[in-house]
Amino acid sequence: MSLAKITSITGRGVCVPGNDIDTDRIIPARYLKCVTFDGLGEFLFQDVRKHADGSAKPHPLNEARFQGATILLSGANFGCGSSREHAPQAIQKAGFRAILAENYAEIFFGNCTTLGLPCATASREDIAKVAAAIEKNPAMEIVLDVARQEIRFAGQTVAAPIRETARDGLIHGRWDAIGELIDGLPAVQTTAAKLPYLAA
Amino acid sequence: MPKSLFEKVWDAHAVRTLANGQTQLLIGTHLIHEVTSPQAFGMLRDLGLKVAMPHRTFATVDHIIPTDQLVEPYRDPMAQAMMDELRKSCREYGITFFDRASGKQGIVHIVGPEQGITQPGTTIACGDSHTSTHGAFGAIAFGIGTSQVRDVLATQTMALGKLKVRRVNVTGQLRPGVYAKDVILHIIRTLGVDGGTGFAYEYGGEVFDRFTMEERMTVCNMSIEGGARAGYVNPDETTFAYLKGRPYAPKGAAWDAAVLHWKSFASDAGCGYDDVVNLKAADIAPTVTWGINPGQGISITENIPDPAQAKAVDEQASIEEALAYMKLKPGAPIKGTKIDVAFIGSCTNGRLSDFQEVARFIKGRKVAAGVKAIAVPGSQIVGLQCEKLGLDKILREAGFEWRAAGCSMCLAMNPDKLIGDQLCASSSNRNFKGRQGSPTGRTLLMSPLMVAAAAVVGAVADAREVFDVAQSN
Repeated sequence: MSLAKITSITGRGVCVPGNDIDTDRIIPARYLKCVTFDGLGEFLFQDVRKHADGSAKPHPLNEARFQGATILLSGANFGCGSSREHAPQAIQKAGFRAILAENYAEIFFGNCTTLGLPCATASREDIAKVAAAIEKNPAMEIVLDVARQEIRFAGQTVAAPIRETARDGLIHGRWDAIGELIDGLPAVQTTAAKLPYLAA
Repeated sequence: MPKSLFEKVWDAHAVRTLANGQTQLLIGTHLIHEVTSPQAFGMLRDLGLKVAMPHRTFATVDHIIPTDQLVEPYRDPMAQAMMDELRKSCREYGITFFDRASGKQGIVHIVGPEQGITQPGTTIACGDSHTSTHGAFGAIAFGIGTSQVRDVLATQTMALGKLKVRRVNVTGQLRPGVYAKDVILHIIRTLGVDGGTGFAYEYGGEVFDRFTMEERMTVCNMSIEGGARAGYVNPDETTFAYLKGRPYAPKGAAWDAAVLHWKSFASDAGCGYDDVVNLKAADIAPTVTWGINPGQGISITENIPDPAQAKAVDEQASIEEALAYMKLKPGAPIKGTKIDVAFIGSCTNGRLSDFQEVARFIKGRKVAAGVKAIAVPGSQIVGLQCEKLGLDKILREAGFEWRAAGCSMCLAMNPDKLIGDQLCASSSNRNFKGRQGSPTGRTLLMSPLMVAAAAVVGAVADAREVFDVAQSN
């Protein structure tokens, strides 16, 4: 399986502020009633973006000036809660190519990486700097450099570390492990043979 | 060198190191349900892959299943479609499916232990964050996403970085009316909702030594709410006694060998931990959440936090956001907050002992007028056990609806949902915005007995007072 090498993402940004944004908020459970991931992008942050009658609530993703943004900024513990891959799928299908947050919940981070959606981290101060620059000029291009672990925007550069195993996978085009896991099947049999509970 | 259970299980299941530095980890037991598996089977078909070890994947249906309708087709065609899809995939790949017709259907984290599939020293994965539940048996159990469900189906392995281990000791004795649910809510409140990120929690100390398996499961279940991807208790005689005689537990001579093998996985005395936290059982009170994440909890005797008293700007903002959503008054007692709905069930608190404890105290009492109260067994077997003991009758007489097994109102992927901004006293695990199905619905997490007390009073109440708990112990 050949995968794209994701070394950097260039695009406009939008900030959805707040800490502990959980995956129920990213994609409410009722949209999990599906047998494919198609069409999930439309319902990203549905209940904080829309009233029950479908009219818009005040939310950054509803603002015309942020349409077309591909880099999502947020706070700490982003993606906590349910393991639903529907959450990163919805983010990706809504057009986002990377996330920048203070840190991530573990399962969400792994799910994003497997989809080739880089989750970079930055300090609260640095995220605020990027967010302020976006607020000033939403059309501004941001470069999230995965290889160099930095964000470049409005003539500034700030550090944006990515966990090494994820960074390695992204830049070398092996962020989805399935090919490698299949290659390891003979070794899997050897390990399995030593574990009595796996006997058929 | 002395090792922790986590390290031993990890080492026994590590296949090899991958190019990016992660480990290809063998997943001995794979559990699946209807919500996070259909796309994985789809990916498998697209890639032309087979299921590597069909005998090590077990399926059940829980999230979408209606608890008030037993006959298919279900009223919700999408729920029926998901049911059909799982049934079809299990048949196609030769996977054991605990369907309703088997009499063994239920919430996946209740079915695994109940069947004796969940065993010490094993690795378990399931496309569900509450997979940490199975750690109660001294297994290392991970919640995973759908792409990883695909990986486990295709290879019986997944790529994972090793976790650190934090030992969480709870010493002394719990006070009457304080339950396993209060212990985990207290742990999350103390260590934070992201305090466990990067860690597996090893729970120990006298409280856990004395806990039954069901109590250990309640705590391990909510490890993920504290950010810990896995949580476990070392296996001991309590574990073995629970497993003995269960359908998938080893039998005869194989049983004795298995017990010896399982014992060898327990953490060695003097093993190192990346972190150790010591908590006192006596400090734990019946706990209730007031906010929009499981760490926002207080003791029943405390007042709702006031953002003006917050120590940090961040904390102030999060209290304000939570109170605005919850429509609660800062500084007011949580006790006395009027409720609309009472829910007892879920993979956290939908087991036999939960219903036994509630029935024991609610017998002869009535749910307050205007409160909708539902009790939902976590599995068909739990339901049957309750019915044999007449617990369903006691709950019904008190005014609870007694339902068929499923996830029910924990996450609202089925007809059991809050309406508008109803406030629900709930024995489930998450109080996120909109979690129980209404975008403005409100959830207060608490132990099953506290839910029962709230149901009887019609408002958040101290179960110790409502039921004279101290006198009864």
